[in-house]
Amino acid sequence: MSQEIRMLPEQASTVAGQVDAIYLWLIGVSVFFSLLIAGLLLYFAIRYRRRAEGEVGGRFDSSTLLEITWSVIPLVIVLATFFWGAKIYFTMFRPPADAIEYFATGKQWMWKIQHPSGQREINEMHVPVGVPIKVTMTSEDVIHSFFIPAFRVKSDVLPGRYTTLWFKATKTGTFHLFCTEYCGSEHSLMIGKVVVMEPEAYQQWLAGGPAATSMAEAGEQLFGQLACSTCHQDGPTGRGPALAGVFGSQVRLASGRTVVADENYIRESILNPQAKVVFGYEPIMPTYQGQIGEEGLLQLLSYVKSLAPKPAETAAAPDAGGDGSAR
Amino acid sequence: MSAAELPATHYLNATHGLKSWLLTRDHKRIGLLYLLGVSFFFAIGGLFAALIRIELITPAGDVFQPDTYNRIFTTHGIMMVFFFLIPAIPAVLGNFLIPIMIGAKDLAFPRLNLLSWYIYMVGGAFSLYSLLHGGVDTGWTFYTPYSTAFSNTYVIATGLGIFINGFSGILTGINFIVTIHRMRAPGMTWFRLPLFVWGHYATSLIQVLGTPVLAITIVLLALERLFHLGIFDPARGGDPVLFQHLFWFYSHPAVYIMILPAMAVISEVIAAFARKRIFGYHFVAFASIGIAVLGFLVWGHHMFVSSQSVYAGTVFSVLTMLVAIPSAVKVFNWTATLFRGSVSFETPMVYAFCFLGLFAIGGLTGVFLGTLGLDVHVHDTYFVVAHFHYVMVGSTITAFLGGLHYWWPKIFGRMYSEFWGRLSAIVVFFGFNATFFPQFVAGYLGMPRRYHAYPEEFQALHVLSSGGSIVLGLGYLIPIVYLLYSIKWGKPAGDNPWGAIGLEWETTSPPPVENFAAPPVVEHEAYEYAERAERLGAAPTT
Ligand code: HEC
Ligand SMILES: [Cu+2]
Ligand SMILES: [Cu+2]
Repeated sequence: MSQEIRMLPEQASTVAGQVDAIYLWLIGVSVFFSLLIAGLLLYFAIRYRRRAEGEVGGRFDSSTLLEITWSVIPLVIVLATFFWGAKIYFTMFRPPADAIEYFATGKQWMWKIQHPSGQREINEMHVPVGVPIKVTMTSEDVIHSFFIPAFRVKSDVLPGRYTTLWFKATKTGTFHLFCTEYCGSEHSLMIGKVVVMEPEAYQQWLAGGPAATSMAEAGEQLFGQLACSTCHQDGPTGRGPALAGVFGSQVRLASGRTVVADENYIRESILNPQAKVVFGYEPIMPTYQGQIGEEGLLQLLSYVKSLAPKPAETAAAPDAGGDGSAR
Repeated sequence: MSAAELPATHYLNATHGLKSWLLTRDHKRIGLLYLLGVSFFFAIGGLFAALIRIELITPAGDVFQPDTYNRIFTTHGIMMVFFFLIPAIPAVLGNFLIPIMIGAKDLAFPRLNLLSWYIYMVGGAFSLYSLLHGGVDTGWTFYTPYSTAFSNTYVIATGLGIFINGFSGILTGINFIVTIHRMRAPGMTWFRLPLFVWGHYATSLIQVLGTPVLAITIVLLALERLFHLGIFDPARGGDPVLFQHLFWFYSHPAVYIMILPAMAVISEVIAAFARKRIFGYHFVAFASIGIAVLGFLVWGHHMFVSSQSVYAGTVFSVLTMLVAIPSAVKVFNWTATLFRGSVSFETPMVYAFCFLGLFAIGGLTGVFLGTLGLDVHVHDTYFVVAHFHYVMVGSTITAFLGGLHYWWPKIFGRMYSEFWGRLSAIVVFFGFNATFFPQFVAGYLGMPRRYHAYPEEFQALHVLSSGGSIVLGLGYLIPIVYLLYSIKWGKPAGDNPWGAIGLEWETTSPPPVENFAAPPVVEHEAYEYAERAERLGAAPTT
């Protein structure tokens, strides 16, 4: 047992320091209250120990003022902690607009990682340092959870749905990637590593592998192969709506509701088109359930996303009307 | 305290033979039947815990096959949670004491009470049988779709055992609620009730309202597994996370089913050994109800990283923070009770001090987990494992043992060895901390839970933990020896060995079958040590 015992894992992402800060704050609060209580208990127990057999305690047994004091002080502390924790949480689940997008698919018992440029890895994830990276994840079977302790980020990975997390590594090195949702026999072997590299080294690493088609290009090819393009042509002539600019926009549905076209909406539109029919169109789109694998779906998703206007334009686009009927 | 002999007849020797026990309607005997039951399931659960700690001594998964290990931790969790921790205090101590404390002859429905015990034993035996013959590998949480579509172990059979057992909890809860409403002795008003009774009242409310949700969840799980209805299956338009909502809607309040009775015991013990009225009686009583109500509104804190919307997460986080307040209030009130008390340190009080230490750590780390940004990192790591063992296991068992030692002389009429009693409390305290404190550190470092093999850097902490568990195990074994010894050879205790106030101390030890020679009438507040002394114009107060 010669290893040193660390108290904190390595800090290797932009949020790691924030998480450790609130952790240390709560340790401080806990130590303070524990010592306070322990000290008082000890002091009272000794000071008021029983000295004679028949002795009983005194009468001082209630005080509304004290009750209020020791309710309000902890309340203030926990509420402050709540706001601070919520702020970190929102940071964790709001990827910056310029994040580059990786894809991860969990499967009993491995992680399949895909780079935006199309490279694939298993149980390894090479990323450049200092660049925000968003990981869009799904599972082919049960629920898994994607956890990188050095980055202090984690998100469950669900079948039939996309979840995302993001991080910006601040250090090069190799870090653990764990599955933290129990997923069956080899749950504890569903581990991998995240290799953080200097951007140039990362480019070299990419170039070193077999040439790959990017996710969006692969998606475009699929779009043709699966004959999506027969209905989804550009221009108003198509039998289905044009997909340019759909991602991230507000879509008006036949039911009158309006929804945001996020990853899960696109997914549902392909697998279960009747669930949400776009206003002004017939529900003629066939379901592709069972015909496209998770990876193909991710490629189609990347393609549809690549048709979206750049972030700058999205910001400028008025969404006050929000009915999407302009398309 | 000079009683040289036990009373001539009491509930233990009034009738004889196995049948007189197996068909008894006496709440005291049923309490003891439960004591046998919970001790048995605790032993099984503990055995499986030992297997876990053995496997984790080395980083490689070298003792058991992965599938075996997964069955082991599942069995450990199910046995401990459903068949030991949830029933332990209410079914044993609550059963024995509630009627006596309120001056009643028995619970409102004595036959139902006996039925509850049989249901509990059948449910437990059923689950145990399926866990041992083939087993279940889903964890005690049964998350879908793993449990519905992937695991090929005995999910339904085990679930059925838990389902059956649920009725036992519901019936006991109803029995307590009705008894507390209808059977109080003349003069025993609500605010004269011992806090033990308030705590059990709150617990019963949770059991009656929460357990049906667990039952429904298990039924849905079974239907989905058998008929592939698609409730939790995304390929059929279902939602696997829905299961987590249903499961935690029961299982979070279940944590309070375990801790509220523990708090209830501690209130009694502290009052008795400080010989003083519990500070802020009304606040402590209402804190129990507050915890019971708020406890139903925080289940989503188990799902901060499960794809739940960030806004839902925010709401659940705030509510979780609020639940910390009534718990803190109780701790402050217990501490203040000692102020100007007359404090002595017999075994039950030593256990109460240990409880306060463990509960403080367990409760405070709950705030860590309720904090959104921090929970993301520690969720499903050993930090969580350590936290819930501190609250559900450390606090609950310490209180259970404290209560058992406090009322032991009442239950059996004889005293155990004070030396061994105090020693075992201290051994449990140190063993517990040695076992579980390192797990907080391991968890924050990233050690995921339910891992059969793990990276080497966590080994030192796991070895500490396994070492501690030996001490802890010893601490739990010692009482079995001296308590059993005392039943036969202990010194007769007398009616009121602690000089405590409460109806249970006004009857003989052990009590007669009908609890009191003459039905009691209550004229004073609970824990009125100082007042009574003044009335009697005798004893000095501090
Ligand atoms: C038979 C014609 C047809 C084919 C083939 C077809 N779609 Fe569609 N699609 C439609 C129609 C019509 C709608 C609008 C009604 C609705 O929502 O179902 C639509 C809607 C969509 C939407 C939602 C668009 C919005 O504005 O919200 C997406 C995304 C989409 N399809 C993707 C695809 C993809 C990817 C494929 C190929 C795998 C495909 N579609 C194949 C007809 C088709
Ligand atoms: Cu896993
Ligand atoms: Cu909870």
